[in-house]
Amino acid sequence: MGILHTVNKSPFERNSLESCLAFATEGASVLLFEDGVYAALSGTRAEAKVAGALDKLKIYVLGPDLKARGFSEARLIAGISVVDYAGFVDLAAESDKVQAWL
Amino acid sequence: MSEVVKKFMYLNRKAPYGTIYAWESLEVVLIGAAFDQDVAVMFIDDGVYQLTRGQDTKGIGMKNFSPTYRTLGDYEVKRVYVDRASLEARGLTQEDLVEIPWEDFETEEEIDNIVEVIDSDRVSELMNEADVVFSF
Repeated sequence: MGILHTVNKSPFERNSLESCLAFATEGASVLLFEDGVYAALSGTRAEAKVAGALDKLKIYVLGPDLKARGFSEARLIAGISVVDYAGFVDLAAESDKVQAWL
Repeated sequence: MSEVVKKFMYLNRKAPYGTIYAWESLEVVLIGAAFDQDVAVMFIDDGVYQLTRGQDTKGIGMKNFSPTYRTLGDYEVKRVYVDRASLEARGLTQEDLVEIPWEDFETEEEIDNIVEVIDSDRVSELMNEADVVFSF
């Protein structure tokens, strides 16, 4: 089922997410984890770009990383799904390959 | 001990957990507190994420050092600043941040929360006033 892109950098510090969203094509999945989870939050400077990408991409966020940083699922941009570690593994297994945006 | 009191600023620009910077900074602040200097702890850019409430790291198997920020007042740190523009860019307000109480045990002066959200001009001023800036 296409490519799983992973992003673990803050969208405010690196351009990893920006590049990922620019190059990922229709139907691909993006998993936000570690400092990448900040991109999944609503009300940020990055929100418009992320919300806009939901038209062509499925976006997931790793729940334990979100929780560690003090944010509940209520703060997420609508349309982003939360996965746990097992869900991360499932996504990786179902995908043709995993592409990491470091 | 030394008579010279310098103005130290600890400048925090990184989010917690993704890298070691936030934790290292906190350790240095606590160690530095033993030297009776004038300390300001500044949070700008992703550094503001260090102070979010409700951090729970059980799921990622890392030490939750968030409660330690609330003890900074006990280490005689009286000045903690957060850049307002950095908060706003991240959709955050002071309500999202922990509170850090401070008390002078001799005079019994108490402050409920020393975390001060300030404008960028004030951040620059404080940077200029500092004798030494430690960057994390």
